[in-house]
Amino acid sequence: MSSVTTLPATKAYSPSRVGERLLSFFTWAMIAYNMLPIAVMVVFSFNTAPNGHVALKWLGFTLDSYKHAFAIQDLTGALGNSLEVAAGSALISVILGTPLALALARYKFWGKTLTDIVIFADIAAPAVVVGASLLALFLTLNLPRGLLTIFIAHVAFNVAFAVVVIRARVSGLDRALDRAAADLGATPWVAFWTVVFPLILPGIIGAWLLCFMLSIDDLIITTFVAGQTLTFPLWVYGATKIGTPPQVFVLSTFVFIGGVLLALANAALSRKRESA
Amino acid sequence: MNATSLPRHDVRLENVMKQFGPWVAVNNISLTINGGEFFSLLGPSGCGKSTTLSMIGGFETPNSGGIYLGGEDVSRLPPYKRDVNTVFQSYALFPHLDIFENVAFGLRRKGLPKAEIQNRTHEMLNLVDLTNFAKRKPGQLSGGQQQRVALARALVNRPKLLLLDEPLGALDLKLRKQMQFELKRIQNEIGITFLFVTHDQEEAMAMSDRLAVMSRGQIEQVGTPAEVYDHPATEFVASFLGASNLIPGEVTARDDDITSVKLEDGAMVKLPSTALKIYGKSVKIGVRPEKFQIITGTETPEPGWNEIEAISGVSVYLGVSHQYVMTSRSGRQLSVYEQNSGRDSPLAPGTTVRLAWNPAHTFAVAYDPTKADGE
Ligand SMILES: Nc1ncnc2c1ncn2[C@@H]1O[C@H](COP(=O)(O)OP(=O)(O)OP(=O)(O)O)[C@@H](O)[C@H]1O
Ligand SMILES: [Mg+2]
Repeated sequence: MSSVTTLPATKAYSPSRVGERLLSFFTWAMIAYNMLPIAVMVVFSFNTAPNGHVALKWLGFTLDSYKHAFAIQDLTGALGNSLEVAAGSALISVILGTPLALALARYKFWGKTLTDIVIFADIAAPAVVVGASLLALFLTLNLPRGLLTIFIAHVAFNVAFAVVVIRARVSGLDRALDRAAADLGATPWVAFWTVVFPLILPGIIGAWLLCFMLSIDDLIITTFVAGQTLTFPLWVYGATKIGTPPQVFVLSTFVFIGGVLLALANAALSRKRESA
Repeated sequence: MNATSLPRHDVRLENVMKQFGPWVAVNNISLTINGGEFFSLLGPSGCGKSTTLSMIGGFETPNSGGIYLGGEDVSRLPPYKRDVNTVFQSYALFPHLDIFENVAFGLRRKGLPKAEIQNRTHEMLNLVDLTNFAKRKPGQLSGGQQQRVALARALVNRPKLLLLDEPLGALDLKLRKQMQFELKRIQNEIGITFLFVTHDQEEAMAMSDRLAVMSRGQIEQVGTPAEVYDHPATEFVASFLGASNLIPGEVTARDDDITSVKLEDGAMVKLPSTALKIYGKSVKIGVRPEKFQIITGTETPEPGWNEIEAISGVSVYLGVSHQYVMTSRSGRQLSVYEQNSGRDSPLAPGTTVRLAWNPAHTFAVAYDPTKADGE
């Protein structure tokens, strides 16, 4: 954090070249492994689709699917629902998660260990269990299932992830900075907004992105609590039984590109903020 | 904040105690620091200096006792309500703000007009010679530059008391000397009270008007550097501030002016009774190595001086002085510095000499002969 001068970049210690090569090869192999299915999907979104279903063979390049990207109203609506739930539940999750992360990282309080366990359990619990229990809860409360219950369910499983990500950032924060702010006349409230918040913001944004991604592709939990409402994964899953329309690939490509852009923007932002 | 209109605070600690769980970090300290004074807290690592400072700054609350700034009890006041600023041990600069904004932080919190913030911040950056770095982030500065930002960030608020927690600890010797000088100059110029924490006795001696020596959460002695150096009150103070020779002995006679002590090797020495603040029979007589005069052969010491016999051992030549390790008749090691002015060649090891010193340069500390000898 308070690293000293960066002026003369001396070559102090260089690990073995072989090890370095091996590690970078391994990294690229992992990236390829992760990206291959996505690449296939992006490529096939430009494939000619006879009778409105994606073909598993290359039939020729076309932009047709992109021209009619939003032609299937149900699918577009489902994607809209998904984006809404993802953005909203991620936002609520980081708003709830930030104070929780601060409390867990910085203070000792009664019930802290219990809170830790609950958060861990929330992350570790199988989605089927979470989905079923949320459904039971909503039925008991007599809550009509729909967008609202999906929203609540997504916040419920996202908060734990938000806390974990933000907490890591808070732990790296020097407590002396709070003291310095107080010393210079900042009340705890002002100190939070002028010092703590700007410094943990990259963590908060990272947490928001993670929650957004977890939410937008959740299938299992959503299945339990959705009622008649469709989200993007639900629609796609339903469609695979009768043949996938090319719009699924197109919209998935959009979602993927959107995610990449957000992640890049966050990285660029935090690099600029800490330009050291 | 309006308890006094003076631009500086005096500080009073009354029986202040701080515990972390069962651990007593600060044990019943009482202390008065005058307004405008450069006062140092000196002590080894872990003795409670930072904790004491934290309580004065308001970051820790004492378990008991009172803290008064300018006569006002602030023991329970949060830091942002005290007219006190701190230069932290780790600087604690805000990494996301540039140097200008770091320095302007306190002024912005006070809600001063924009123009005044601009002026005062630039003025302060100028004072610490960092005008050209205003747009940099703290991570892009060297240790010494960061230290000056920390100082500027505190001083720009014109506090009535400045707390400095080992601010020069991370600097190299040359820069350190330079910053010591700078700090003294700035303190003279603005005239506010400085409370300076350090574990470097030379630094404390060079800079302070008065200082307090701390050990294990307690204050061992308070005084001017000369008082504390020439008349250390305890064995700890004597050995923490420079080298000293401590020789056990017994008080044989005492009147208003002069006390006589019989040392372990049988020599009789005298010291002013005012230097003897303890009343037990067993004492340790202390003499600083540079106070000794080496007498050989038929030379005689100044009349009235104390004198013991010793055998010279190895010596180290340090330019300004020869430093000898000698052995007293009772086998005790003595450290003796001789100014490099008299003798042409150093004493050969094994030479029997007499060491003489002025009784006024003698101090005495308590000695408990039932305990193991601490030497
Ligand atoms: N928050 C804390 N919890 C428990 N113990 C503490 C805490 N802060 C300080 N201590 C203990 O109190 C003692 C005094 O600490 P302090 O930081 O005041 O020492 P110091 O004199 O400033 O030392 P240094 O020169 O190393 O900075 C130490 O033994 C330390 O371990
Ligand atoms: Mg300290």
